[in-house]
Amino acid sequence: MSGANRISGWGRLTPAKTARFTFDGKSYTALEGDTVASALLANGVHLLGRSFKYHRPRGILTAGPEEPNALLDVSRDAARRQPNVRATVQEVFDGMVTSSQNRWPSLALDIGAVNDLMSPFFAAGFYYKTFMWPKKAWEKVYEPFIRKAAGLGEAPKEEDPDHYAGRYAHTDVLVVGAGVAGLSAALAAAKSGAKVMLVDEQPEVGGALHYDTGVKINGKDGFTWAQETAAELKAMDNVTVLSRTTAFGYYNHNMIALCERVTDHKAKPGKNEPRERLWQVRAKRVILATGQIERHMVFENNDRPGVMLASAGRTFLNHFGVAVGQKVGIYTAHDSAYEAAFDLKRAGISVPAIVDSREKPGEAVLAQARAMGIEVLTGHAVLTVGGKLRVNSMTVGRHAGSATRKIAIDALLVSAGWTPSVHLFSQSRGKLRWDAETQRFLPGTYAQDSLSVGACNGTDDLQATIEEALAAGELMAKAAGAEGNGKIEITGEAPFSWTGGMIGAAEGAGPDTTVKAFIDFQHDVCAKDIRLAVREGMQSIEHIKRFTTNGMASDQGKLSNMHGLAIAAEMLGKDIPQVGLTTFRQPYTPVTFGTIINHSRGDLFDPARKTPIHPWAVAKGAEFEDVGNWKRAWYYAKPGEDMHAAVARECKTVRDVAGIFDASTLGKIEVVGPDAAKFLNLMYTNAWDTLKPGKCRYGIMTREDGFIYDDGVVGRMAEDRFHVTTTTGGAPRVLQHMEDYLQTEFPDLKVWLTSTTEQWAVIAVQGPKAREIIAPLVEGIDISNEAFPHMSVAEGKICGVPTRLFRMSFTGELGFEINVPADYGQAVWEAVWARAEPMGACPYGTETMHVLRAEKGYIIVGQDTDGTVTPDDASLNWAVSKKKPDFVGIRGLKRPDLVAPGRKQLVGLLTKDPNGVLEEGAQVVADPNEPKPMTMLGHVTSSYWSSNCGRSIAMALIADGKNRNGKTLYVPMADRTIAVEVVTDMVFFDKEGGRLNV
Amino acid sequence: MRKYSVFAVVREAMRGHKGWEAQWASPEPRKEYDAIIIGGGGHGLGAAYYLAKEHGITNVAVLEKGWIGGGNTGRNTTIIRSNYLYEESMHIYEHSLKLWENLSQDLNYNVMYSPRGVMMLSHNVHDQQSFKRHINANRLYGIDNEWLTPEQAKAYCPPLDISKTARYPINGAALQRRGGTARHDAVAWGYARAASDRGVHIIQNCEVTAIRRGPDGRVVGVETSKGFIGAKKIGVSAAGHTSVVMQTADVRVPLQSQPLQALVSEPLKPIFPCVVMSNSVHAYISQSDKGEFVIGAGTDQYNSYSQTGGMQIITHTLDAICELFPMFRRVKMMRQWGGIVDVTVDRSPIQGITPVPGLFINAGWGTGGFKATPGSAHLFAHLIAKGEPHKFAAGLTLDRFRTGRLIDEAAAAAVAH
Amino acid sequence: MLLIYCPYCEEERNELEFRNGGDAHIARPTNIADITDEEFEEYFFIRQNPKGLIYERWRHVHGCGKFFNAARDTVSDRFYLSYKAGEPKPDPATFLNNGNESALNKDKGASK
Repeated sequence: MSGANRISGWGRLTPAKTARFTFDGKSYTALEGDTVASALLANGVHLLGRSFKYHRPRGILTAGPEEPNALLDVSRDAARRQPNVRATVQEVFDGMVTSSQNRWPSLALDIGAVNDLMSPFFAAGFYYKTFMWPKKAWEKVYEPFIRKAAGLGEAPKEEDPDHYAGRYAHTDVLVVGAGVAGLSAALAAAKSGAKVMLVDEQPEVGGALHYDTGVKINGKDGFTWAQETAAELKAMDNVTVLSRTTAFGYYNHNMIALCERVTDHKAKPGKNEPRERLWQVRAKRVILATGQIERHMVFENNDRPGVMLASAGRTFLNHFGVAVGQKVGIYTAHDSAYEAAFDLKRAGISVPAIVDSREKPGEAVLAQARAMGIEVLTGHAVLTVGGKLRVNSMTVGRHAGSATRKIAIDALLVSAGWTPSVHLFSQSRGKLRWDAETQRFLPGTYAQDSLSVGACNGTDDLQATIEEALAAGELMAKAAGAEGNGKIEITGEAPFSWTGGMIGAAEGAGPDTTVKAFIDFQHDVCAKDIRLAVREGMQSIEHIKRFTTNGMASDQGKLSNMHGLAIAAEMLGKDIPQVGLTTFRQPYTPVTFGTIINHSRGDLFDPARKTPIHPWAVAKGAEFEDVGNWKRAWYYAKPGEDMHAAVARECKTVRDVAGIFDASTLGKIEVVGPDAAKFLNLMYTNAWDTLKPGKCRYGIMTREDGFIYDDGVVGRMAEDRFHVTTTTGGAPRVLQHMEDYLQTEFPDLKVWLTSTTEQWAVIAVQGPKAREIIAPLVEGIDISNEAFPHMSVAEGKICGVPTRLFRMSFTGELGFEINVPADYGQAVWEAVWARAEPMGACPYGTETMHVLRAEKGYIIVGQDTDGTVTPDDASLNWAVSKKKPDFVGIRGLKRPDLVAPGRKQLVGLLTKDPNGVLEEGAQVVADPNEPKPMTMLGHVTSSYWSSNCGRSIAMALIADGKNRNGKTLYVPMADRTIAVEVVTDMVFFDKEGGRLNV
Repeated sequence: MRKYSVFAVVREAMRGHKGWEAQWASPEPRKEYDAIIIGGGGHGLGAAYYLAKEHGITNVAVLEKGWIGGGNTGRNTTIIRSNYLYEESMHIYEHSLKLWENLSQDLNYNVMYSPRGVMMLSHNVHDQQSFKRHINANRLYGIDNEWLTPEQAKAYCPPLDISKTARYPINGAALQRRGGTARHDAVAWGYARAASDRGVHIIQNCEVTAIRRGPDGRVVGVETSKGFIGAKKIGVSAAGHTSVVMQTADVRVPLQSQPLQALVSEPLKPIFPCVVMSNSVHAYISQSDKGEFVIGAGTDQYNSYSQTGGMQIITHTLDAICELFPMFRRVKMMRQWGGIVDVTVDRSPIQGITPVPGLFINAGWGTGGFKATPGSAHLFAHLIAKGEPHKFAAGLTLDRFRTGRLIDEAAAAAVAH
Repeated sequence: MLLIYCPYCEEERNELEFRNGGDAHIARPTNIADITDEEFEEYFFIRQNPKGLIYERWRHVHGCGKFFNAARDTVSDRFYLSYKAGEPKPDPATFLNNGNESALNKDKGASK
């Protein structure tokens, strides 16, 4: 048996198909298709949770995604545990484990409920007024205490084993919501020949037809018509129908984000099925058929378990076959709740009374109620309800009168009317308009290519909804380019047309400063809190929201916003539109992070770039460092070596013998065309027209502001062809920068730019034996010092493979950089290594590269410069042409502060103790005894132990550095102060440079 | 002004909280004020408060086109820290942090400044060099900022993944223990209440449409949606709308207004003790006292006043967060939103005089405005009162773009802050 | 995510393919070496930052690679048109309120 409250013969679930699940350790039987809420209600369980602030017992208020109360922890296994799951949305699967949240030690006996007694002190915003004394107590006592009470569910603690998928889609017409309006619109659009997507958040289409069983469409039961229509749509090639799919975000330019729940309802998900799928749909036209959400009545203790929206009561009865009680009261301000009474009565449930706050309900429903023998108390209010863990009575009285009557009930269905779901319309930045007659916000001015139809557009009548939807479907299909005939006719009949509705606190709920009449259930915001906020001077609805936290819970105010607004407006004596409406933001309902990121995790998060030689370095046991997106070999430690020892050995080996280095990550741009030299003249500070083919030159690039942007060696392969190299991290921005000037400032130049970073593998061979290593491998190039001196470039072959061979050096040694097509990179590397290894050479990594270049005073852009350094600051003025009439940066360099004395300039630093290595990033001062804040002259940019120099070396940016040669400065560290000497000559090794030219 | 205290709360609790008065008055504007501040965010309200409190200038109006605290003050991720690199920045952010430490008591309004620590993750050698540079500069200035090993970082923030196999492994972190968060709305409301108490007029729903100048070029007042209001001194503190306002006085400024987005998760029981930021993966995260994860993203790439942005920005941020904290993949995003940040070329603010006598600017706070609120407000009040910048703000002048003396925090550490 | 029309590829593509290049129609002075500090500041730093119509540059960086210009409203983020680099700045009168009124409001009107 799937619960004592399941009514045989009612609802649409199949009694034979059952599933077992547990709630707080107790096992229950559900029917397939049940939500956790319907299954628990079937078993008579109404108490599901505790509220956020007062820990009030809470039950099930709704039957849908707007649920603020019934949030559970749901798990499949230890790692697949999900907090804050709405019991009214989560479908039961066999074996699921659920538990209540925010209570201790148990749901029925929750110590935190003491807060409810203390609640007079916890009025809205009370925390702004206290907890300030003593000062330290906020962080030590009060805040930790508040944080202990914070949150609802427990955060997941294990890595999520599930996977998620993502998909982009384009469609002519996207229809959101598959109730009567959405189905009609989709059908009309589809028949017009448009490509249509229809999405709905529920497991099956139908929308309000789930509960509204009186409706007939085309003469059939409405829900049956909906399923048949969905089947018809699914059979069409131009239609996609997605269920369990929430359109949660309406973004710019008609991009709508959908979350499709793929497996959370399945007992045994397929191995390759994603848990959820994100769809990013770009629609030519959007039709919003998102319906409306019922509001609760605001009165004392309206949060007691068993108090529920009338439409929810009907859904549980008519769809799930579950009676929410045996004696069900109704409290309403709207005709629609009467139908709940009729349905219950027909199902054999007792309905003691319909309490209607209106003096004059709709005549038809009133007549029907009387005909069915249901007592109707018009002009009455439910003043309060009895029962704590479950409602057991309602106290009813006339608005103005004093006589009250207590009526025994075990559930109370409430309705204050309906709020159109304008969330997506509003997210699209459409402007809402206030419809004073029906007291609701409706779509006003559209901002994107969409249309709202049906209830979300304020259309109440069934036939009018159908016609509006059909017209919209046809119109939007046509607007999207469809040319077929979408004319169809659908007729709908509803037993009653509804009137009524109210917003704000119901009358007669007692003193308005003490009564707990809830507006926002999850955050425990009561009518009195809104009133307090207004008394405290909050006049904008945004202030009221933030002061009371109304509408800021996980349901984001779906039930509470209008009530809060109305109470505020009443207090302020203003019309509702004057008080304003808080902004609707994405997402409509909460969306899993995993779904949003979907494939972007692990290897696909941000793919690392690896050079062709990477596998070799891995095999050799190299440590790697991240440089931009690249993984670069950092150092090659031999067994027993630490980093320091490995780097010292590598440095020494390169200078004594030779080393080979993977320089493939350097950015490379091929600059080609008759105006190539002219173009480079504009892009770099140096002159390029004087560079002969077969030669290369170090170049500096400044931005227009005059600061160093990038650097690198440029080889001239031919009159009209340059091989440009950039820093590893700078390649994309340098290309963008060049393209920008070429296309928009100098479009007349005949130059073409191509990124060739990935095309070339680059093997640097550096050291006295470099020539000897590569000589036998090179064909067609005379690499003798005479024929191929320092800063030469030539094309030829190496190991039979085409190469661009550079004679250049970033170490100060005889050096070559072998560029070969990337696919040959590793093979050539291995051939070079086969020659080098027997000679005693070594492979070296970026750390050794850094040390060796620092020994020579070569800078690294981005380490020794930081975007505020000019070429002159870095003593690179020699690379700035004085003759060129123009280059990018020529004017910026002349600005007053860039030529002012005392700028920070790059100099060398030698520690007085040669064994002490400065910390990179350490600050330099003149007076180590100055009290804080100290005057900082600059900082250490590069600092290493140099085994070749037998001492430490460093570079630093120091104010007025060039005038401080030989001066002593200080580097104050936390535990000691280090004395250093400034040396303006940053060449620490082989000052004459003879080793380059052998 | 009635003092807030636990005793007041208890007394009011006994009588249904009927006795609380409006936190700030909502008067009709006068014809003329000694000073007008355009923009009722934390900076503007705070400047009005300090004008009244420290400079005795109480005939002041704050003009706000919407509702106070409704711009970036109420839209940010509430991070507070002062561990900046350049002296100009350290001056102002540390000045600010010191004011944060006593702000609740000073305003008699609990702004919930919570020094839970701001931890910036270092993922590579370059980060490490940059962070060490910050730490050393901060130490010599007198600002706390310390280097943590990966293990120490994990001990301070247990959810952190410090495995070496991560795409961006963590090789250390810089921690400022005095950094943390505060309650953003409370800052606006607390300043408003304290300023109003000292006679400042807070005028909401009052949009300034033009700054008016006299024949001598000096400002004489502003045209507003509530009519002309006179003033001899005008301070503009309008964040993303600064360009629009300043143009009415023929002052053009080097600012761009861009969308900046953020999001919060559903409320969860607190497991995340501090603020964590990462340069390399571009994300920052903390957990609020309500239990929501508060996550900040980077700016969109284009200028916009729409207070919305692209979903791809949010997506990229969550990619990064879930890479740093893989267990958060099952957490749900509850709400996302956008603000308009005014960004300068060097990512440092502008506070100073303008070419128009009597017109002062406070702008360009970009993504770092909230943490600067008390300091910026305090120095802005000094500027308006004295007509020249406080020494701590002397480097933030508008003319630095002409001379080239930029304060390039962005270049020093490419991180949104 | 914006949907941007590339005038070279002649189709609308996702924002992910593009990089914004800041204000359009700011020409680099041909005599840049000789301009004053104030002129340089104006050229390189000062921007109008309009609330409303902006002329801006985009590069179809993950497409054809071309820079082009677009007119957009910075309040609604709606594009009015895109045009090739080097083409003159279009007169707003030619595209504002000229069949560019939000199509949906027209649709809406038509449906009533």
